[in-house]
Amino acid sequence: MTRSNGNSVEVENLVKRFGDFTAVDRISFQTRTGEVFGFLGPNGSGKSTTIRILCGLLRPTSGRAIVAGYDVVQSPELIRRNIGYMSQKFSLYADLTVFENLRFYAGMYGVPAAELRGRIDWALEMAGLRGRESNLTGTLAGGWKQRLALGCAVLHRPPIVFLDEPTSGVDPLSRRLFWELIQRMSGDGVTIFVTTHYMDEAEYCNRLALMNGGKLIALGTPTELKLGSIQGWLLLLECDRLGEAIERLRRFDGVRDVAVFGNALHLVVSDAAAAPAIRAALEADAISVTSLQPIRPSLEDAFVALTTGRGANCPSELPS
Amino acid sequence: MSLRRLLAVSRKEVFQVLRDFRSLLIVLLMPLMLMTVLGYGINLDTRHIRVFAFDREGSPASQDLLKRFESSEYFDLVATVTDYRALAAALDDGRCQLAIVIPHDFSARLHDGRPVNVQALVDGSDANTAELAIGYAQGVLGAYGATVQADYLRKSNAPTVNPVLSVEVRTWFNEDLESKNFIVPGVAAIVMAVIGVLLTSLTIAREWERGTMEQLISTPVTALEIVIGKLLPYFALGMLDTAVCAAIAVWWFEVPFRGSLATLAVGSGIYLTAILGLGFWISVVTKNQLAASQIGLVATFLPSFLLSGFTFPIEQMPLGVQPFTYVIAARYYIVILKSVFLRGSGLGALAGPLIALVAYALIMVFLAKRSFHKSLA
Ligand SMILES: Nc1ncnc2c1ncn2[C@@H]1O[C@H](COP(=O)(O)OP(=O)(O)OP(=O)(O)O)[C@@H](O)[C@H]1O
Ligand SMILES: [Mg+2]
Repeated sequence: MTRSNGNSVEVENLVKRFGDFTAVDRISFQTRTGEVFGFLGPNGSGKSTTIRILCGLLRPTSGRAIVAGYDVVQSPELIRRNIGYMSQKFSLYADLTVFENLRFYAGMYGVPAAELRGRIDWALEMAGLRGRESNLTGTLAGGWKQRLALGCAVLHRPPIVFLDEPTSGVDPLSRRLFWELIQRMSGDGVTIFVTTHYMDEAEYCNRLALMNGGKLIALGTPTELKLGSIQGWLLLLECDRLGEAIERLRRFDGVRDVAVFGNALHLVVSDAAAAPAIRAALEADAISVTSLQPIRPSLEDAFVALTTGRGANCPSELPS
Repeated sequence: MSLRRLLAVSRKEVFQVLRDFRSLLIVLLMPLMLMTVLGYGINLDTRHIRVFAFDREGSPASQDLLKRFESSEYFDLVATVTDYRALAAALDDGRCQLAIVIPHDFSARLHDGRPVNVQALVDGSDANTAELAIGYAQGVLGAYGATVQADYLRKSNAPTVNPVLSVEVRTWFNEDLESKNFIVPGVAAIVMAVIGVLLTSLTIAREWERGTMEQLISTPVTALEIVIGKLLPYFALGMLDTAVCAAIAVWWFEVPFRGSLATLAVGSGIYLTAILGLGFWISVVTKNQLAASQIGLVATFLPSFLLSGFTFPIEQMPLGVQPFTYVIAARYYIVILKSVFLRGSGLGALAGPLIALVAYALIMVFLAKRSFHKSLA
């Protein structure tokens, strides 16, 4: 048994097939101790499947995954003692009270009797559920449910926590609160593995892995992804007669991609120095340009660029 | 196995059961309902009882009597035989349920006003039908006797009124025939099988359906802890139901209780564990509440009814069917119940069926545990 770092996740050529369908297609990556590792990707790209394999809930078809130093195929039981897992679908007992759920999971994780009260108090405090101990869990609002689920998953202080879309369907304030909890745990050295659809949340991650169609198509810090995803420069163009402008720009040599962004356009160009020539070409067609300037790509730009393969030179593994 | 985790599973299950008030009510009322419905339902009248007759006289009078059997809706006069052996054989292999023997001096005695003994042989292994058969036969003979007697009185002007026709009943296979005493324990066994399997068949399937299982199996809890942890609360509920069934048997149906409560509790506890284990196994395999409850019903109700020896004696079943009776837990429990209630048997006398049920229970829990995989898909 390869006993590597107890906080890390190492994945090598991991494959999961359901029948003929490949849900996870030869992915490889490693996490670092105490980092918030984000998993991004469109629906059905294989995020949950990967997490379930890492938690020992699904057997990989091939490849290797080491979690907390243990192989997912050989010692899933040892892994379960060392991880916390929050599934995508809310899965605490709706017909138990807040306190009963906490005590049940403390029991499942074998929290020692002497620490029991303290850990439950800690979780109640963390989730902001003090005073609601005897509420039925099913009656809680979304944000509280999710924080309770997190509390239940980390009662035993696991070194690695897997959170599958922990904030889906939760109001912005609760999301903010939730991410503060994640940051705090990460500060304590807990490795957090989290999937999300929200770009603002992805910005909080130390590193991001981008999945598409079961493949890992990019991996790096948010900044690296933003820069690395766009080959060339991103220009913001504000002008009138957008339709004609797009037509003209598509024919312009040096413009690699044009996309509507609100009531402006995003242009991907090979060279920022082409800006004056673009402006001149548009004005020659009687399109008046209000502004044309280089901008930093957002994570959303990167995400779209990478998952659609447009204007991207998809680095699968960025140097870091 | 960790006792703490096991008890945590039990405690959680108790909270859930107590909070699900409607189901709890059903669980407590079901034995009451089923016991009365089945207890009385099975007593409902039997028609077309198969009759063989051995007419040793062959006179117009004896023919007349047999005609009355023929025309009764309760009896089908299947055959008239000419010796006693054929009669015994027909009773033995179940071709008839009632055999009538008319003595050779039937009409002579009737004519003289001397008492006549008509013999009725009845297959007592199906106590219920046997009792009814005797009752109806007595009715037919009584009516015939009354007609004859009225005739005789008219002719002879005799002052005395002696009962001329009496039936001498001999029961084969079991002697102290009192049908409800045999039926009610059998019904209790069937009722407990149905309730027991329904109690557990839903629990694991429900966790799969609600998604709570995914969270649960991501923890270090083991399959055996889940199965046994869940078993304990349902065992308590099931024993409560057993007590209700026993109380109904004793106080409502007035079945004599000659054994000890301890023996009854031990036997019932083991039977219940076997049945609960079966429910778990079904639940684990189907992962679906609807399928689990339906399979549970199919696996318990009819088999316990037909193959346990309750309705048909096992020795009289076709040889090809008999092996299947061994996998029906009720088969063993019915023996235990009848013996404890009617004979007052102790544990020692019941070692055979008890051991069979212990093995049954262990196999069921083992199968449930083995089929339970801590993994999705
Ligand atoms: N048990 C299964 N059997 C067959 N196909 C499955 C199974 N589980 C998942 N899939 C398929 O595998 C693909 C990946 O699913 P997965 O749940 O991992 O996606 P995801 O990235 O988590 O998506 P989402 O953002 O919607 O949660 C999907 O197309 C899904 O339909
Ligand atoms: Mg998912």
